[in-house]
Amino acid sequence: MATATRDAYGKALAELGAENQDVVVLDADLSGSTKTAAFAKEFPQRFFNVGIAESDLIGTAAGLAASGKIPFASTFAVFAAGRAYDQIRASVAYPNLNVKIAATHAGLTVGEDGATHQMNEDIALMRALPNMTVVVPADGVEAAAATRAVARHRGPVYLRLGRPAVPDIHDESYVFDLLKAPVLREGEDVALFACGYMVHVTLEAADMLAEQGVSAAVINVHTVKPLDTDTVCRYARRCRRVVTAEEHSIIGGLGGAIAEVLAEEVPAPMVRIGVRDTFGESGKPAALLEKYGLTAKAVFAGAMKLMP
Amino acid sequence: MEDYSKLKAIAGRLRRHIINMVAAANSGHPGGSLSAAEIITALYFKLMNVDVAQPRWPERDIFVLSKGHATPVYYAALAERGFFSPEELTSFRAVNSRLQGHPDREKTPGVDMTTGSLGQGLSAANGMALGAKLDGQHQRWIYVLLGDGELQEGQVWEAAMTAAHYALDNVIAFVDWNGLQIDGEVSRVMNVACIKDKFAAFNWHVQEINGHDFGEIFAAVERAKEAKGRPSVIIARTIKGKGVSFMENQAGWHGKAPGQEQALQALKELEVE
Ligand SMILES: Cc1ncc(C[n+]2csc(CCOP(=O)(O)OP(=O)(O)O)c2C)c(N)n1
Ligand SMILES: [Mg+2]
Repeated sequence: MATATRDAYGKALAELGAENQDVVVLDADLSGSTKTAAFAKEFPQRFFNVGIAESDLIGTAAGLAASGKIPFASTFAVFAAGRAYDQIRASVAYPNLNVKIAATHAGLTVGEDGATHQMNEDIALMRALPNMTVVVPADGVEAAAATRAVARHRGPVYLRLGRPAVPDIHDESYVFDLLKAPVLREGEDVALFACGYMVHVTLEAADMLAEQGVSAAVINVHTVKPLDTDTVCRYARRCRRVVTAEEHSIIGGLGGAIAEVLAEEVPAPMVRIGVRDTFGESGKPAALLEKYGLTAKAVFAGAMKLMP
Repeated sequence: MEDYSKLKAIAGRLRRHIINMVAAANSGHPGGSLSAAEIITALYFKLMNVDVAQPRWPERDIFVLSKGHATPVYYAALAERGFFSPEELTSFRAVNSRLQGHPDREKTPGVDMTTGSLGQGLSAANGMALGAKLDGQHQRWIYVLLGDGELQEGQVWEAAMTAAHYALDNVIAFVDWNGLQIDGEVSRVMNVACIKDKFAAFNWHVQEINGHDFGEIFAAVERAKEAKGRPSVIIARTIKGKGVSFMENQAGWHGKAPGQEQALQALKELEVE
């Protein structure tokens, strides 16, 4: 089975709406794409389309949170974290308001729309904000669970969702803990930390490594902030070699976050897989991932580089 | 004619607080605080239903200071209203103070929304107005004060559309139309005229008043409350720096503290008034 994280979000959101009257949803003319349309259809009284006005989207959500609601504000990642950064900073993060920014179409896998629509810097931007929690689900199961978890969590959240279908790696029994990075595969020689789209890619890379006799641990760092530093340090210590993989710039994202922690706590040789300080371009998602080095082959090669 | 001498006295006290706070901090924004003294007095000493013992009482009326730099007049009113002691006003802008340079809803009792980055307050007010309507609280009023220069921010007009689109007749916005911003006259920096026509075109209920006249403020708010199905804006003609002769209509006093002698002179003028 394969599901897009945005689809799972939309479905979970509509279910949440039935369970919790305080959940309200805002969108900026992209409800078909962000999948908030399902909620809108079921709960029109609690759905607010502000039009193509992302600053107002975030500001209105802040006001709803201030009056006790649990607003989910959705648009594409580039228009949320990019266009409305100061609104997120001044009206949401600083006043610590309970706004859930559920941003879809993050990363290169937006595809044909090209660089203006491919947000590869949002984890860095959102992670830098005090009070902000940053969650990057790896598959549909996790996206649905994360949607529920962030609704329960009090405080601002940036939930990063993707456009394409990704293979399910978790099953329905999966229990999502916002503060714990699950270890998907145990290993001894190299620790592979991944988030979002790159988690299933990294599992493939671990298979390739196993064929070469390299035992790779795979950790799904679904919450980049607050980072589960215990797990990160434990696996860096155990494996002594570290690879990070994300559909995001290698600057300031998951790789950046882990490098910061390990440089202070467990210095270890490290390779970061991600977009290498460049903008994307139009193309099919698979072609772009290949061109920009976000493949199992690239993760594999990164790990092999670290082996003696 | 109603007698507004009590309210006038309060506005005078707020003005003296403004001078004292900005002088003590040697920092802050006197001009746009002095221009809003009557509007803020009208809100906190007559119009707004608030409870100082429970600043977050869920049925209170709400005020958003979208032009967040006018904290001196805002804190002065909150203190005089009883949210905290007027003595605390001396800590304005100092380290560890609850009275931040710009409003902080987490730190200051009575502050409903954090602001300071201009252009964002109306959106937040709309959100609170939507929240009140969802909760069936049709008697709660959401007031917001915008600067005239602030109207240059695009988000204000995004929010103006949202308020009209969702028929937020519980939103009452004031524009402090003092004609000045940091770099000079609003009409020269980036002309926002015709403000009334702009709001009218956005389908708002629009009134223009003298923002230093309590009678006009109360009459306008009454009419605004009667305007069903539409948000209301009250364009209040004001004088930036009002009450202090050397500050009046001077852009230079937007964000500058008076020296000791200037402060004494200002206080003397405000005493006479
Ligand atoms: C987004 C943003 N840009 C710039 C500023 C800096 N700034 C503070 S006050 C001000 C001028 C405001 O003029 P106006 O809205 O007319 O306020 P008033 O005259 O009532 O003081 C500016 C540019 C800011 N606070 N926020
Ligand atoms: Mg002005």
